[in-house]
Amino acid sequence: MNSALFVGVATSSIASGTSLLYATIGEIVGERAGVVNLGLEGIMLIGAATGFAATALTGDAYLGLAAAAVAGTAVNLVFAYLVVGRNANQLATGLALMFFGLGLSALIGRPFIGTLIAGLPKLHLFGHTIMGNPILDYDVVVYLAVPTAVLVWWLLFRTRWGLNLRAVGESPVAAVAAGVHPGRIQYQALCLAGLLGGIAGAHLSLAVTLTWAEGMTAGRGFIAIALVIFAKWNPLWAIAGALLFGGAESLQLELQAAGADVSPFVMNMVPYLLTLAVLIAWGWRRQAAAPAALGRNFVGVE
Amino acid sequence: MLREGAPFWRALSQRGTAFAVVALVSLGAFSALLLAAGKNPFAAYGDTILYIFGNAYGFSELLVRMTPLIFTALAAALPARIGLINVGGEGQLYMGAWLATAGELALQNHAAIVLLPALTVLGFVGGGLWALLPAILRALRLVNETISTLLLNYIAPLIVSYFIFGPWRSPESSSYPESPAFVDAARLPTFLHSRVHAGLIYALVCLGLYWLTLNRTHYGLEMRAIGGNAEAARRLGIPVTRYMLAIMFVAGGIAGLAGMAEASAIQGRLVAELSPGYGYAGFLVAWLAGTDAAGILAASFLFAGLGSVGDMLQITQGLPYAAINILMAGILFVVLGRRPVRGATR
Repeated sequence: MNSALFVGVATSSIASGTSLLYATIGEIVGERAGVVNLGLEGIMLIGAATGFAATALTGDAYLGLAAAAVAGTAVNLVFAYLVVGRNANQLATGLALMFFGLGLSALIGRPFIGTLIAGLPKLHLFGHTIMGNPILDYDVVVYLAVPTAVLVWWLLFRTRWGLNLRAVGESPVAAVAAGVHPGRIQYQALCLAGLLGGIAGAHLSLAVTLTWAEGMTAGRGFIAIALVIFAKWNPLWAIAGALLFGGAESLQLELQAAGADVSPFVMNMVPYLLTLAVLIAWGWRRQAAAPAALGRNFVGVE
Repeated sequence: MLREGAPFWRALSQRGTAFAVVALVSLGAFSALLLAAGKNPFAAYGDTILYIFGNAYGFSELLVRMTPLIFTALAAALPARIGLINVGGEGQLYMGAWLATAGELALQNHAAIVLLPALTVLGFVGGGLWALLPAILRALRLVNETISTLLLNYIAPLIVSYFIFGPWRSPESSSYPESPAFVDAARLPTFLHSRVHAGLIYALVCLGLYWLTLNRTHYGLEMRAIGGNAEAARRLGIPVTRYMLAIMFVAGGIAGLAGMAEASAIQGRLVAELSPGYGYAGFLVAWLAGTDAAGILAASFLFAGLGSVGDMLQITQGLPYAAINILMAGILFVVLGRRPVRGATR
C-alpha cells in the first residue's frame, strides 16, 4: 500500500466509521436495557431521509441533523410502545420497523432525489496537512463521536441511572425489587437509541454521500448490531469496531478508485464477510457478554 | 384461538376475518399519511381493485406475485416452528436462482423432461446450502441465526451480480447485464396465456406438505416439542441439532425454489434485480400468519394485493414502490401489538 492510499484510507475510514459508531452506541444502550432492536436499519434510513429533506428545505445542515435526531427518537418510541407497552416480540417488531423505515424514508426522500446539498460544514482544526491531504478536517458529528462514546460509557457504568438500566437488562425482577420501573427505563433507553440512530443515518446523507437514495444505508444497521457483539456491549470498544469497519469500507472504495483489478461486487462483500468472520471468532472464544434478559419481554413480577 | 389441526377451510375463514379487520385499521392510518403527503391513495385503491378483479389478466398477475411469497413465507415459518428465526429468505432465493442458472448453462442441450427436474433440484439445493451455513453456525453455538441470515442476504445478490457482470454475461445484453436467455426447455410452463407458472403448483404442494408434516406426522409433533422447549426435547431423545440443520436446509431450499421459478418462468434468465424484496415480505407474511398453513395462503394473497397497490401508487401517484412497505409494516405492528405472541420469550 502506498502512502497516499494509506492517508486516504485513514481519513475516509474516520468519516465512514462515524455513522457506524453512533448507531452501535445507540443499540448498546437499548440492549443493555434488555431490548434488541433489529429495526436500527429503518431508524437510520429515516434519519438519513429526514435530515436530508430538512437540510434541502432550510439550507441549514444543523437543522437537518436536529430533525433527524427528533425523527429517529419519535420512530423508536413507536417501537418502544410495541415491545415495552404491548409486550410485542422484539425481533419481529424490529424487522417490521426496518420495513416501516424503508417505506417512510422512501416517501420522505422522494421529492429530493437528485437534489444536491452542501452538507455539514467541515471545521478544519489547526490547519495541518499531510502530503496535501488536510487532517482534522471533519464535521462536528465526527468530532463528537468519541466524546459521545465516552459520555454514554460514563452514563452506563458510572451513574445511578446506568446501574438501573443495566439491572433491567440483566434481571428485570431484581430491578423491580430494587425499586426501579423497568418499562420507564426501557423507554428512556430506546429514546436515546433512536436519537443516536437518527444522527447515524443523517451523517451518511449529510456528510458522506450528500445525496438521497432509497435504501442508502445498505445494511449498515445490521452491521452495527453485529458490532454491538464485537464491542461486548461496551461503548468504548465500539470505537475500535467502528474504525475497523469504517476502514474496511474505505479501503474498498480507495482500491476501486485506484483501479485495482478486483470485481467491485467481490469488494462490496467485504464488510458483510468481515462482520460474519468477527461474529464467528467471538462466538468461538465464548466472549459474548450479552445482558442476561436481552430479547425477553418483561411481563411483571409473578 | 385456533384449535390445533382445525380443518383447513375453517382456519382460512377465521384467519381471513381477523386479517380483514387488521388490514382496514392499517389501511386507514396509511391513507391518512398519504393524504397528509398531498397524495390521493383512494384513487390507487380503486385502480388496484379494478386492475385485480376487473379482468382475468389482473387477477393472474396477483397469482404471479403471490407465488414467491408463499415460498419465502414457508422458508420463515418452518424454522419458526422449532424456534429458529430465518430472515434469510431473500439471499436463499437469489442462491436458488444462481445454482439453477448454473444448471441451465451446463445442461441446456437436454430435453425439458431432464432440465426442469434438474433445475428444480438445483434451485432447492442452492437455497438450502445458503441456509445450511447459518444453521451450522447456530448448531455450533457460534453465531445467532437471525443476524447471520440477515448478513447473508446482502452477500447473495452480490454473488449473482458478479456472475452476470462477469463469466455469465450474455453477449447480447448491452447496457444492462444479464445471463444468456434460458433455452425453451428450461422455462417452467405457464398457463392460459398468462404469466401464472408451474411455480404456483410447486408452492401449493409445498404448502400442503408443510401442513401435512406439521399436523399429521411424528416429525410435526417432535418439531412442536423442540419449539416448546428445546432442552426438554433434547432430554427426551429428539435429535434437536439434526432437526435444526435439516429444517434450515429445507426452508432455504423452499426459498430457493422461488428464485428458480422467478428466473426460469418470469425472467427467463438470471438478472441482478430478481426480487423486489420477496424474501423480506415473506418473513412478514409468516409472522402475520402465525406460521399456520391456511394463514400463510391468506396473508400471501393479501400481501400480493398490497404489492399491486404499491404498483398503482407508483404509476398513478408518483410515489416510490417502497412506500407500500409502510402499510405492510403497519399491519404487522397492529398484529404484534394486539396479541401476545406464543414463544415470545426465547
